Amino acid sequence: MKNDLLFDFTVDKSKKTVFITREFAAELSLVWDAFTKKEILDQWWAPKPYASKTKFMNFEVGGRRFYAMVSPEGQERWVIQKYTSISPKTNFKFFNAFADENENPELPGSEWDHTFSEQNGTTKVSVSIYNESLERMEKQIEMGFKEGFTMTLNYLDELLATLSKK
Amino acid sequence: MMRRDIFQAIADPTRRAIITLIALQAMTPNAIAENFNTTRQSVSKHLRILTECELVKQEQQGREIYYSLEIEKMKEIDKWIEQFRKIWETRFNQLDKILSTMKKQKK
Repeated sequence: MKNDLLFDFTVDKSKKTVFITREFAAELSLVWDAFTKKEILDQWWAPKPYASKTKFMNFEVGGRRFYAMVSPEGQERWVIQKYTSISPKTNFKFFNAFADENENPELPGSEWDHTFSEQNGTTKVSVSIYNESLERMEKQIEMGFKEGFTMTLNYLDELLATLSKK
Repeated sequence: MMRRDIFQAIADPTRRAIITLIALQAMTPNAIAENFNTTRQSVSKHLRILTECELVKQEQQGREIYYSLEIEKMKEIDKWIEQFRKIWETRFNQLDKILSTMKKQKK
């Protein structure tokens, strides 16, 4: 299956920001739910073979999501996301920081901004991630993706096979 | 030598311009400075930071020091960005699958 939905990933080093834009073949309210409800988030947030485990999530300004990326060996890497702004079905922002299992953040973190828009049944999501230091994002790699991360074609095939069967 | 943040190093526009210049050929600090409306001292400072990040290397030729680019180090940056990009690609491919399931459940 050829996926012609937009995927754009750029790193602006002078702005210390990563920009990610992606289109989804679904209406806005579904995509919004997928980003803002923990039951759905946990199903896709962690790249296989990692798993996302959300301990709690209060999607409101000042509220937080506390979750772990769990490696296949069961190793947990905790993250706190504190919501700083929410405009329903349009935009939300949070402050992201790694943490220990007792919710103590490891500062500094990064600022994430998500914008949603829909056109002809296709929903576009733009994410920007601002880091005081881009090198800090390297942590995300260091937390284990480097060794364990494999975006195998097998997995993609499996995924597409499931989709076309339905 | 203090450990420098490599991304901080290339965040500066003058340093990026220096990288572009010396990517083509090794140059002396004076020759580099001729390309900028800035002091020789300022260019030297940028070169020092780039050297500390191991993005450039120095080579003595006679009485002159020539600066050239460490291509391998630049590739490291690209490699890192590529890994980060792949994480997002996978994550969103997984979301496609979830959305497709959600759409079916709604019907």
